[in-house]
Amino acid sequence: MVADVLTGTFTVKSGHAQMLKGGVIMDVVTADQARIAQEAGAVAVMALERVPADIRADGGVARMSDPSMIAAIINAVSIPVMAKCRIGHFVEAQILEAMGVDYVDESEVLTPADEQHHVWKHDFTVPFVCGCRDLGEALRRVSEGAAMIRTKGEAGTGDVVEAVRHMRAVQDAIRKLRNLPDDELVVEARDMRVSLDLLMQTREEGRMPVVNFAAGGVATPADAALMMQLGADGVFVGSGIFKSGDPVRRGHAIVQAVTHYNDPHILADVSKDLGEPMVGRSVRELSDQELLATRSV
Amino acid sequence: MNIGVLAVQGDFAEHCHVLRSVGVAAMEVRLPKHLETLDGLIIPGGESTALSRLMSLYDLRDPVADMVARGKAVWGTCAGMIMLANEITEEDPVPMGLMDVGVQRNAFGRQVDSFEQDLLIRGLGDREYHAIFIRAPVIIRVGEEVEVLAALADGRPVAVQQGNMMATSFHPELTADARIHRYFVSLAGGPPFDPEAPLIDAPRVR
Repeated sequence: MVADVLTGTFTVKSGHAQMLKGGVIMDVVTADQARIAQEAGAVAVMALERVPADIRADGGVARMSDPSMIAAIINAVSIPVMAKCRIGHFVEAQILEAMGVDYVDESEVLTPADEQHHVWKHDFTVPFVCGCRDLGEALRRVSEGAAMIRTKGEAGTGDVVEAVRHMRAVQDAIRKLRNLPDDELVVEARDMRVSLDLLMQTREEGRMPVVNFAAGGVATPADAALMMQLGADGVFVGSGIFKSGDPVRRGHAIVQAVTHYNDPHILADVSKDLGEPMVGRSVRELSDQELLATRSV
Repeated sequence: MNIGVLAVQGDFAEHCHVLRSVGVAAMEVRLPKHLETLDGLIIPGGESTALSRLMSLYDLRDPVADMVARGKAVWGTCAGMIMLANEITEEDPVPMGLMDVGVQRNAFGRQVDSFEQDLLIRGLGDREYHAIFIRAPVIIRVGEEVEVLAALADGRPVAVQQGNMMATSFHPELTADARIHRYFVSLAGGPPFDPEAPLIDAPRVR
């Protein structure tokens, strides 16, 4: 008896995201940072050349990272390694898959390569995570094959306001959908620009069809717990850890805050003496051109 | 009958869903006090390095070992299996050393090598079990008191039992086939295992 062995199925792709739940995924730019993240209890690292705060500061075109830098991080840790490709840049995604990256983030933090089309993610064995600002955007990405979603927030700001806005938008839309009568579904699907089938499935299940993390602006343990209480399955922290005064302590504290997000006494304990948080920029001070979340939706 | 699911990180909600679907009360365990009234404990899938740290930090190791000493049932899936082992191939994470097995982490490669496969599992009846392996560990040594319940075609064990402890490389919590959960519930003192029990409606997807 030798049974068929199936790889690259949607079950193993979305199942991997299920194993990351209740965890923190940290942006790292060097192998040393990746080791610190693993030591702090990260469930995965996002390997990239510049954290979003620096991409923001530097300007110019932001692209997939140098494969040698990603390879160094893959060799440095045993936890999963994610890496970013530009929106619609399926060749960057092919390269990341060939390198053995565990998850590809088709990310608005990089400069989009295609303003009309996202990567057709069903064709890949490697799973993808994509950003969203609302339920319609999330379901469009799932239609294209995303096995995990993250609400976008506004990366590289240290300002949690957009992360909250996007998570609330997703949760509100699901609550509304659960009570939507059948005869309003077609119009709702048209307005959300999603397929009727996927919308009906989402209504039936009463939740997003894949794991949904929060991202974009999380800088403190309290921010992380806030996103968890709002319904996130886990948290991405980009610039918030390695742009802070004491990344080891802060990383460790945010990991604990995500586990114990409903216990204010533990949250108080882990929030003590963390040193300086990342400096941050209020989203209100950004011009429209500086907003990342509105790219290729 | 109360079964706890370690909820410090990982897919604990999926395990709770299957347990509730088969009529068992499921409790999330984050602190030692949550273990006190339990008949059994599941350590779910997740990242074993994160589980290892959080179990140490919140003093969960000794109380779990104590549960085993008191004859309670404990089952680890994937990362949970790594935590139960008494030998692993790396220095990090630090397992609890409760089962006499050696375990290799990420034994099949990276995520692109994750797979699904039907397996026959001893004690679960004639129907094959659809097993989902995600960055899965594999058992490379079994002690004398360990029974192999399932192995891959190449002979490597992927499901084992030692007294009231079980470990699986794969993720029964991701399928609607609740036979392994029902089998575990019987080990924990619940109703006798019935291989013909129906599937649950659907697994949780998140």
